[in-house]
Amino acid sequence: MTEDNKSTPGEPSEAKPAATRPAGASASAPPKPSLGRAMLDGIITGNSAVVTFLAILLALVVGGVLMILADQDVLDQYKYFTAAPGDALSASWSLVSDAYSAMFKGSIMNPDLFADGSLEDNFRPISETITQATPLIFGGLAVSIAFRTGLFNIGAQGQIIAGAVFASWIGFVVDLPPVIHLVFVILAGVIGGGLYAGIAGFLKARYGAHEVIVTIMLNHIAVLLLGWLLTTDTFRRGGQSQPIGKDANDNAVLPNLFGDNLRIHFGIILALLAAGIYWWLLNRSTLGFELRAVGSNPDAARTAGMSVARAQILAMVIAGAMAGLAGVSQVMSSTNPAHTLTPSIDAGIGFDAITVALLGRTKPLGTVLAALLFGALRAGGSVMQASANVSVDIVIVIQAVIVLFVAAPPLVRSIFRLRGAREGAEGGPLAAKETVGVQA
Amino acid sequence: MKLELRGITKRFGSLVANDHIDLTVEPGEIHCLLGENGAGKSTLMNVLYGLYEPTEGEIVVDGTPRKFRTAGDAIDAGIGMVHQHFMLVPVFTVAENVMLGHEETKPMGWLDRRRARKKVLDLVDEYGLKVDPDMLVEDLPVGLQQRVEILKALVRDAKVLILDEPTAVLTPQETEELFRVMRALRESGHSIVFITHKLKEVKAVADRITVIRRGKVVGTADPASSEKELASLMVGRPVKLVVDKTEAEPGAVRLEINDLTVLDGNGQAVVDRVDLRLREGEILGIAGVDGNGQSELTQAILGLRAPAAGSISLDGKDLAGMSPRQILGSGVGFVPEDRQHDGIVSDFTVAENLVLDMVTQAPFGKRGSIVPSAVRDNARERVEEFDIRTQTIESPAGTLSGGNQQKVVVARELSRPLRLFIASQPTRGVDVGAMEFIHKRIVAERDVGTPVIIVSTELDEVVALADRIAVMYRGRIVDIVPPTTSRGDLGLLMAGVLPGAEHADGAGATRADTAPAGPVEAKTNESDATPGEEDPA
Amino acid sequence: MTERNPEGGTQVADTVIAPHVEAPVNPTGEAADAVRAAARKKALITGIGFILVGLYALWAFGFGTSGGEDAVFGMTVPNRDTTHVGDLSLPARGVAIAMSVVCMIAGGLRIAFDRSRLATRLSIALFLIAFVIAFLVWAVAGKQMSFAGALQNTLLAAVPLVLGALAGVIGERSGVVNIAIDGQFLFGAFAAALTGSVTGSLWAGLAAGAVAGALIGALLAVFAVRYLVEQVVLGVVINLLVTGITGFLYTQLLQKDPEQYNNPGVFDNIRIPGFADIPVIGPVLFDVNVIVYLMYALIVIVHLGLFHTRWGLRARAVGEHPTAADTVGIKVNATRYRNVIMAGAIAGVGGAFLTIGTVGTFSKDMTSGAGYIALAAVIFGRWRPLGAVAAALLFGFTSALATSLQPLNTSIPSQFLQMMPYVVTIFAVAGLVGKVRAPAAANKPYTKG
Repeated sequence: MTEDNKSTPGEPSEAKPAATRPAGASASAPPKPSLGRAMLDGIITGNSAVVTFLAILLALVVGGVLMILADQDVLDQYKYFTAAPGDALSASWSLVSDAYSAMFKGSIMNPDLFADGSLEDNFRPISETITQATPLIFGGLAVSIAFRTGLFNIGAQGQIIAGAVFASWIGFVVDLPPVIHLVFVILAGVIGGGLYAGIAGFLKARYGAHEVIVTIMLNHIAVLLLGWLLTTDTFRRGGQSQPIGKDANDNAVLPNLFGDNLRIHFGIILALLAAGIYWWLLNRSTLGFELRAVGSNPDAARTAGMSVARAQILAMVIAGAMAGLAGVSQVMSSTNPAHTLTPSIDAGIGFDAITVALLGRTKPLGTVLAALLFGALRAGGSVMQASANVSVDIVIVIQAVIVLFVAAPPLVRSIFRLRGAREGAEGGPLAAKETVGVQA
Repeated sequence: MKLELRGITKRFGSLVANDHIDLTVEPGEIHCLLGENGAGKSTLMNVLYGLYEPTEGEIVVDGTPRKFRTAGDAIDAGIGMVHQHFMLVPVFTVAENVMLGHEETKPMGWLDRRRARKKVLDLVDEYGLKVDPDMLVEDLPVGLQQRVEILKALVRDAKVLILDEPTAVLTPQETEELFRVMRALRESGHSIVFITHKLKEVKAVADRITVIRRGKVVGTADPASSEKELASLMVGRPVKLVVDKTEAEPGAVRLEINDLTVLDGNGQAVVDRVDLRLREGEILGIAGVDGNGQSELTQAILGLRAPAAGSISLDGKDLAGMSPRQILGSGVGFVPEDRQHDGIVSDFTVAENLVLDMVTQAPFGKRGSIVPSAVRDNARERVEEFDIRTQTIESPAGTLSGGNQQKVVVARELSRPLRLFIASQPTRGVDVGAMEFIHKRIVAERDVGTPVIIVSTELDEVVALADRIAVMYRGRIVDIVPPTTSRGDLGLLMAGVLPGAEHADGAGATRADTAPAGPVEAKTNESDATPGEEDPA
Repeated sequence: MTERNPEGGTQVADTVIAPHVEAPVNPTGEAADAVRAAARKKALITGIGFILVGLYALWAFGFGTSGGEDAVFGMTVPNRDTTHVGDLSLPARGVAIAMSVVCMIAGGLRIAFDRSRLATRLSIALFLIAFVIAFLVWAVAGKQMSFAGALQNTLLAAVPLVLGALAGVIGERSGVVNIAIDGQFLFGAFAAALTGSVTGSLWAGLAAGAVAGALIGALLAVFAVRYLVEQVVLGVVINLLVTGITGFLYTQLLQKDPEQYNNPGVFDNIRIPGFADIPVIGPVLFDVNVIVYLMYALIVIVHLGLFHTRWGLRARAVGEHPTAADTVGIKVNATRYRNVIMAGAIAGVGGAFLTIGTVGTFSKDMTSGAGYIALAAVIFGRWRPLGAVAAALLFGFTSALATSLQPLNTSIPSQFLQMMPYVVTIFAVAGLVGKVRAPAAANKPYTKG
């Protein structure tokens, strides 16, 4: 047939016109020219919003099942299921609903406090959610921007650590006036993260080293370097044998927005600013145009005179800078009262960031919303652990399951028997570049 | 074995690729399936080979209706296929490729390589398909890779062999050799379905001809029919591949290439000591079989490949060491040979694609920011001017038809003042209307004085467009000839043979690298001559 | 053309498309010189690099060691009932100086024989071995280190890496990138510990480990093959999922009642008489538990299977050129499902080794990224089973070295030694060690037109 139908292995599936999809799969369905694309493009609207919502629902169900499976008392009830099914079911229900309502109270609002709690008490869950979401936004942006350039940045963890180390060092090593010190701390974090990610970008651009492997290795190296730094006199707090860093000066700290009783801090402003910059970069800047072109079709970009190497290095550096800001937030915000480095300063944000970017479909607003959702899960999760005695680890499960479902819209549809469920070839937000079989 | 297709229909969504096609292949015949690009020949064969399920219709083998769900079913029924894009695993040896899916094994699935080798060698002897079973396929030239494909089918006892555009990648001489093999197979009782759009080949080898147009059988013919008859059956209306153009008025030399050598990743010379001079107001056509260094030559001019030796200068300015962006910036327009791959970003909108290589420059980019209104205005103008059929300028370019995608690329490259225009395969896979339009624009560009290089593997296109034709063979420019040169001589040049030397030893391929003196001298002498002064060979 | 020289074309009579006509065009003249010059330059740079490192070793390790001190290497595996081999005592300064010189000689060889591949490889190997020895005698000078113990730790650290790398090789060779090896480890380790504890049978635990790994493999396959999800991202998400599930169940169940849920015990070692009596390496290799023997078998099976059986030929075809495989009747996606699930089982056994093969209990996130190292071994080993095994052993050796040197209080922080596998991997993928070529269709789902 004509050339546009010939086998083009590099072509992303969502770019294929619907007409080339196998007949039988969608013969009766109205033509959906670019559902996969609409997902990439539409900021969680329409169909993809439905899928996202259903994915969250399914993930909560999976989480609930896991809770029941892990609860000896409830499981015991199931031994008498045939005799008294009601007991088993109500025990299961109360277990799961207690957990999830605790989660809700910890992340959105607490109805028990609504009437007589202070304004602060009522705002606290939201404040916690936003506080938890702040580093996730930075991290999510760090993954997103690289992804748009066609790079998988699995290295947010290492970049966060690098940013945190640089920021912390500037935070305790000098004494600067208010504001100025904070500016330097933020710059240090940006530079630290950017340089560290730049290594992967440089190796990719110059030697073709696969960034996935390199960033994973750099993660491990960063963890070990951090461990070593915390044994040196430069970084370790005096008189401590524990690997804990030195306290930052007060001027170096991100201020709380609403006083000491709420943890929400200036980082969220920075995060929203970063998301705005990301939006501008992507949609309005010539650099972003080049990054997207390189991400989408590096050969065409090169032929159009763009430097793929430059784009890859810059994308990684910018990504690292974003991740470095997450590092700043980890060291210098209210979540770290002493404002010190610790061996686990990254707190797993580097990997959560990947799920944030996926759920946010690498869009600025999507990333912010996804980070808020996962921030809520984190904030609610710790309350749930304390009050319902359900381990906060369940949050990771819910997060991963959401992303798995969102990545495979046909699966969600088939579970809910929605139309078009059998369209296997349709791309989710991260449809792989496929090898298309023989085509006419 | 007698093979019948009855009422085969294949739809992709709303697109009907095959519409109630009937076809009968008798035992021991070479049956030609003739049709234009996109007529639905390959789809039909993929249905026959079990790669697509037909929407309607049935396949009948020796009177029994059969259903092919996978290629395996078709193979079992005695059907073999040589695909246009070879289905060979490059890192496997010939023997491994031949046995794949049909392995000789000892207990526990242990491969019996000795028997596999022997089977290959037996077939090699039987049909004269000489090839070394222990070579890695990736090290073989295309002509031999094709033999491996044929061997693959034969080793599975194929009685019907489908050859999908087998000559596209071959020199005329290799094509002759293939025809010899095809005839030998026919003699041994095999039937062959030969898919092509080349009339001369049909006439040379076919026993019967079925012509397909827009997914339908429009007629059958026998090889005695004239080319003209066949062509009008195939295309539906008389084709005119004549480009209206006046005599070229070449001016000063603008592009000068001296002793250019480009190496591939393995250190082999893909462009080998090329000298070229290009004057303003002329079109130089570069002819040759695919893969003889034409792409690499154009890529080197654009700075996409670093030359290993030699120089390229445009208007006296050395291009060596400049980045593609700088070279584009100095007024080079470039239409890459594979638009999907190198020309457009299919996720990007039509408007974005129309400024792909200009976005950093005014008026589209200012101080790092894109000026959306300028991008939109430009898109509207180009869409209008080049008659690009798109729903909106914000539609992703990937949703456009091939011809319209090509127009996007051509429109972009011709939308700025040029000092040199290079177009590779400018009309590959586009419809006749778009082809004529693009040709007209290329000639118009020449007429304003821009030197133009056209690379095409379609000889007709090169002859119609070019004022001079350079023929490339294995990285060398074998000769530069006027467009009035006979097809036969052009064919020989494409095989690396200088027609004048032919009688020395009978038909044969010249190894350009073993005889540098001859062709190089001839070429150097001519490259300075204006085309008008040249004698036709 | 009228001036054309009649001898201009050398004619090849007879067969027009004889294969030799199409033989590669060898660059000539200036261009050929450029190729040779590039090779020479590369040899020169690495050679000079070797010599500089050798000089550094001479200064830091050779002259950095005071004369008269001996480096003592214990050659008997601790706590093993075996023939005693005397300690190896080396004059530290002398050996370090000698080995530094060998490093420099290796550099000289690299420069002198820039055209020979064998010489190139030998010089690199020579350099690495000499450098490691120089480093070791310096670090151990005046002290004692159990070399046999380090070898034993190497093997213990390498077992899961080898199994994970084999799983990775099978997956990538079939066209599915398996970043989820870490998840398969973790789930295998968890399932083996839990099942082993509940049933009281280590064999049941081992089987559960394999099944758990296969389950994760199946999850990977479904999303990668059926739903075409980008495989790298998918693997990372699956790893997160397993971290969450095992972490949750660990907190809710295993931690609350370790006696009941997290007490599987460890497989006993099986001593193979004769082999185990080989000095030094005998007890290291042939007085080990059943999982290690299983690993030996799997190395051989996977290697032979991949390159000498129908299964392997088809797996590789599917990973290199799925369309070609499809056209000869091989079911591409079914092959991928089968192989990825099978590979998952192998990685699951690797995970089981972490619990019922060594420490005997499960702990949260106990793999600490070992799966990613296994993945690195796949690439470092150039997608070949034996190469991956060698890489896994190298990584195991560096981590064993870090463990062994820690008590010696050398001036090199242990973190830097632990970093070695990661740094080495980065160098490897950056191509400084040579070009690597992944299976062409790895990370590319296959759909019919």
